[in-house]
Amino acid sequence: MNRAGERLLNGLVKENPTFVLMLGMCPTLAVTTSALNGLGMGLTTMAVLALSNLFISLLRRIIPDRVRIPAFIVVIATFVTVVQLLLQAYLPALNDSLGVYIPLIVVNCIILGRAESYAYHNPPVASLFDGIGMGLGFAAALTCIGGVRELLGAGELFGRGILPDAYVPIRIFGQAPGAFFVLAALVALQNFVKEKLQKAGKPNEKIGSGCSKDCMNCSDGGCTKRFYDTKGKKKEDDRQEPEDLTILNLDEEEK
Amino acid sequence: MEKLRSVSSNPHIRSKWTTSGIMLAVLLALMPTAGYGIYAFGPRALAVMLVTVSAAVLTEICFWLFMRYVCGHAGQKNTAWDLSAAVTGLLLALNLPVGVPLWMGALGSVFAILVVKMLFGGLGQNFVNPALAARCFLLISFPAQMTDFTCDAWTGATPLALLKAGEQVNVLDMIVGRVGGTIGETSVIAIAAGACLLLLLGIIDLRVPGSYLVSFVLFVGFFGGRGFDLNYLSAQLAGGGLMLGAFFMATDYVTRPITAKGQYVYGIFLGLMTGIFRVFGSSAEGVSYAILLGNLLVPLIEKYTRPAAFGRGKGGVRHGKQG
Repeated sequence: MNRAGERLLNGLVKENPTFVLMLGMCPTLAVTTSALNGLGMGLTTMAVLALSNLFISLLRRIIPDRVRIPAFIVVIATFVTVVQLLLQAYLPALNDSLGVYIPLIVVNCIILGRAESYAYHNPPVASLFDGIGMGLGFAAALTCIGGVRELLGAGELFGRGILPDAYVPIRIFGQAPGAFFVLAALVALQNFVKEKLQKAGKPNEKIGSGCSKDCMNCSDGGCTKRFYDTKGKKKEDDRQEPEDLTILNLDEEEK
Repeated sequence: MEKLRSVSSNPHIRSKWTTSGIMLAVLLALMPTAGYGIYAFGPRALAVMLVTVSAAVLTEICFWLFMRYVCGHAGQKNTAWDLSAAVTGLLLALNLPVGVPLWMGALGSVFAILVVKMLFGGLGQNFVNPALAARCFLLISFPAQMTDFTCDAWTGATPLALLKAGEQVNVLDMIVGRVGGTIGETSVIAIAAGACLLLLLGIIDLRVPGSYLVSFVLFVGFFGGRGFDLNYLSAQLAGGGLMLGAFFMATDYVTRPITAKGQYVYGIFLGLMTGIFRVFGSSAEGVSYAILLGNLLVPLIEKYTRPAAFGRGKGGVRHGKQG
């Protein structure tokens, strides 16, 4: 499997930001009242994520370690502003329904997380596809949650009446508690399916996020769970000061 | 977990009461209320009860079958027949207006058992009262059907709504049960009969209901706007789900504090919250939300009312010789 494809699959399945990493819960729970809102939020985030990953990866040798977070924020905020202006101009309805959650993409954990753990240590093309994969995973998850909530809470899907008129909408799914129920049910469902696949001998280990639970001998620089960086300079990691990475990861733990 | 079979979790109190024994007693105690509901609201009330009870038991069986045969938890005990699910189903039915569609009652039972009880670990692990959580789930989901108390026997507003509107109500009617409301909340006499049975058997005590009702009366007296007017206070006490909630829901073993001091704190909190919801809230009734809120605070209450261990003073300081 080539690298770009692997990054896409990793974001969609293995490390799905919503169902597996549980990142970016705030927009996930807040805007998924309908499938369209979920899809809109997901795609908006994907655009920002892919572009910010690409640019942070391009700038990774220039950004000093100590001010990397502010630098990431500046890059991300730039793209969020661009995307927001585009939405206001071309999709005003979506812009209105997503409201404050568009500017809040700046502080979305997924974007900052991918910048910190992947784009900062990996070449631009892989980072771009990592962003697209994560973004697609986020968009797919939000659309699923939004779709289920819209179907149960209003009897519609993408604004069209799907269920017969005899169906009485269960309003709670359109409200905040429903978001938690649906998210939990979908996470349980995908864990169940993954467990079954694992037992059937179809583990998705080949789509490596690269975690073999052995961080000492791990070759994946993009692993989000990585703590040790004792192997020195990695094949993937073409930054100049490998020992800084250890400090970087230790800093993360202290937070 | 199989290797831990000789040690049960604390408190290590021995009793001859079994879970199903207690649940049977609670079911018996609920019989006057259920019987009066059927008498007052007609056979449809019986249909609602049968649907919720059977849906609750069926859900628990299905969950057990799923865990055992699909997820491979062979050691999972089937708790469907210990009557706890039946109690949950019956309590839910008593909290529904008689006119609800039957499938709505079944949906409530499924929610109570599946989401609130089994997904959190089954009997004894639920963090809020399943029947009340299901009632609130239905109330939020179907507000129109759940607050429509008109039926063949009664029309018009419930006494609490009348009270809220500032009108006079007949307290005697409320105590006997000649008013509108959910199936099980109307007759104070029937509830009191069941509560007496539970008190005599020692299954519940007056700590929670007593502190609940007293603090509620004090709150309503001070802040209700009509002072300590006897008619108003007794109407508030007899109206809505307060009696049913105080004696049958707030005393639920799983979701009340286990410490005696904590039970007083819990009861007072429930009384204050019910008063706040009824007096200052937008809707006339607030018992279910008050109890759910109280349930959520139980771990906190238990933490701060934990009695000192034997041989230790306040704050766990050891007396006597150290070391």
